[in-house]
Amino acid sequence: MTFLRLEDLTKRFGEFTAVENVDLSIERGEFVSLLGPSGCGKTTTLQMIAGLQEPTAGRIVLGGTDITRLPPNKRGLGIVFQSYALFPHMDATGNVAFGLEMKGIGRSERQERARAALKLVKLDHLADRFPKEMSGGQRQRVALARALVIEPPVLLLDEPLSNLDAKLREEMRIELRLLQQEIGVTTILVTHDQEEALSMSDRVVVMEDGRIAQIAAPLELYERPRDLFVSDFVGKTNLLEARVLSAGERGSVVGIEGHQIDLPGTDLGKLDKVTLSLRPEKLVMSDAADGVEAKVLAAIFLGANWLYRVQTPIGELFVTQPNSGRPGFSNGDKTWLSWPDGAVNIFSAEGRFDETH
Amino acid sequence: MKRINATPYLLTAPGVLFFSALLGAPMVMTLLLSLHSYDYTLGIQDDWTLANYLDVFTDSYFYVIFGRTLGLSLLVTVLCILIGAPEAYILSRMRNPWRSIFLLVVLGPLLVSVVVRTLGWAILFGGNGLLAKTTAALGLGEVSLMYTMTGMTVALVHVLVPFMVIPVWASLQKMDPQSEDAALTLGASPFTVIRRITLPQITPGILSGSIICFALTAAAFATPSIIGGRRMKVVATMIYDEYKNTLNWPMGATLAALLLFANIVIITSANRLVERRFAKVFE
Ligand SMILES: Nc1ncnc2c1ncn2[C@@H]1O[C@H](COP(=O)(O)OP(=O)(O)OP(=O)(O)O)[C@@H](O)[C@H]1O
Ligand SMILES: [Mg+2]
Repeated sequence: MTFLRLEDLTKRFGEFTAVENVDLSIERGEFVSLLGPSGCGKTTTLQMIAGLQEPTAGRIVLGGTDITRLPPNKRGLGIVFQSYALFPHMDATGNVAFGLEMKGIGRSERQERARAALKLVKLDHLADRFPKEMSGGQRQRVALARALVIEPPVLLLDEPLSNLDAKLREEMRIELRLLQQEIGVTTILVTHDQEEALSMSDRVVVMEDGRIAQIAAPLELYERPRDLFVSDFVGKTNLLEARVLSAGERGSVVGIEGHQIDLPGTDLGKLDKVTLSLRPEKLVMSDAADGVEAKVLAAIFLGANWLYRVQTPIGELFVTQPNSGRPGFSNGDKTWLSWPDGAVNIFSAEGRFDETH
Repeated sequence: MKRINATPYLLTAPGVLFFSALLGAPMVMTLLLSLHSYDYTLGIQDDWTLANYLDVFTDSYFYVIFGRTLGLSLLVTVLCILIGAPEAYILSRMRNPWRSIFLLVVLGPLLVSVVVRTLGWAILFGGNGLLAKTTAALGLGEVSLMYTMTGMTVALVHVLVPFMVIPVWASLQKMDPQSEDAALTLGASPFTVIRRITLPQITPGILSGSIICFALTAAAFATPSIIGGRRMKVVATMIYDEYKNTLNWPMGATLAALLLFANIVIITSANRLVERRFAKVFE
């Protein structure tokens, strides 16, 4: 059953449309991410849900009630802002207890629940610290505890991890996800980091220029992006423009820079031009003469993986190969590059090939 | 052996010299002058005495004037807070170009010479000024604010409000406006947000503005002398009278030293209070 529904939500700032016809249904307990490049309207969407921006058009329905025109202090939603927006003149306990105080909860219960919330985010030992005396990660947890303590029906997170360093960010991703599953709060996360969205969410909403480009579960989004924008934005990929040479029931042949590539089992019909998307990790490098010839231009060791840039007859490609413990290829090495059937996503001008046909 | 790094001292030396020559020396001389006695026929004496201070402390006339100065300073400061702090807040909520325009309006008075501005008030307040004519037309009789506390207060507040707006404005700029949004989403009403979230965060600005307004009022001369005149003397105008009319320079110096001393005590203790209260909260 739908718990939170955004119906054709639109926001204009004068002539400029920041969010356009966003339509989204979220289940109770679901973790949904809004993913998109900077300026695509993620924050604006979140702020409309919170009541901090008034929608130009559309409706927001929470648990069956229309809350579109309800002021933010009557909605009871928990928000973690990108800047954390802690109250600098209150210590951690004071920050967390503020929401409870506004609910009219008595002093002793307030203190107790604030302490419990701080414990939940593993910060009970810093309950008396002021925001200024805490690290970024600690502040972030206080902000989270402050939002969670009021037991909001929906938790809204606006890039809560973007100010943390890489290692802490990864830890917090897991912690945040576990915490969310433990308390089962419906959560919307805004992020421009595709890894964050893929790793934490039940579903990801990709936004482009104020509109929804695709809504899908992480794996599906990654494996079957609906158009070129999503394919390029979510994960790394090699995009190759190709001309259709022949198409039929049993398969098609496309040409890239005079080189032919077979696409068995794919009937490209009357299409003339397509774009192929090849994920770097789906490519296989081997010495056996299979696929296309490749020459290594650059080899970068990333620890768990090798990242190669290779020269092939169909263009320069990125390839990632798992680190097997033995030395990888080095610059100038000649090798062969192949990929399994079905590893190629094909896009026409209208979008993904197998959805448009 | 520990070597003393001379660079900081050398670098600050010109400034120190400049200030000690041009500010320190006259102050020390004023202080020394206050320790001489004065004779109406013979002039300044060569003796060393605390008689002037004793005179001030035993004469109720001086108490009235010091009390009035203190009262005026407090009143002007409070009014500056009540007008300047909301003004800065509203300004910070405005959008450009209105914000720039109104900021200029607020700071405008500072661009006009204090004497010119005060004379303007005098014309407005005077016997047959605009104020008197208006009140007469309303059947309230001719109200004149010349030579009154009210008149001085109005004119001083007008001059000093910008000195409150600027520091409050600065602390508003430092504030994260999202902390207000956060409080709203936690269920606070707009009024509670101002009282519990905004006000505490701009309090350092209000306090530093208060210190400026208080000190400037306590030492103000032009406005009290034009609007307050002889009838509403404050310490600054009294010092002037001692120097220029009575020619009792040692007494003038004594009053000046006491005014300076009182100002320093009040301001440093206010400052201490602010620092202790907010050390943990703000840099
Ligand atoms: N108050 C405003 N007035 C005018 N335009 C605005 C306003 N707020 C946002 N915008 C515009 O709306 C668009 C979407 O802004 P929004 O803050 O939602 O982006 P975002 O997706 O959160 O980006 P980021 O990842 O950089 O935070 C931007 O182009 C921005 O310039
Ligand atoms: Mg944003």
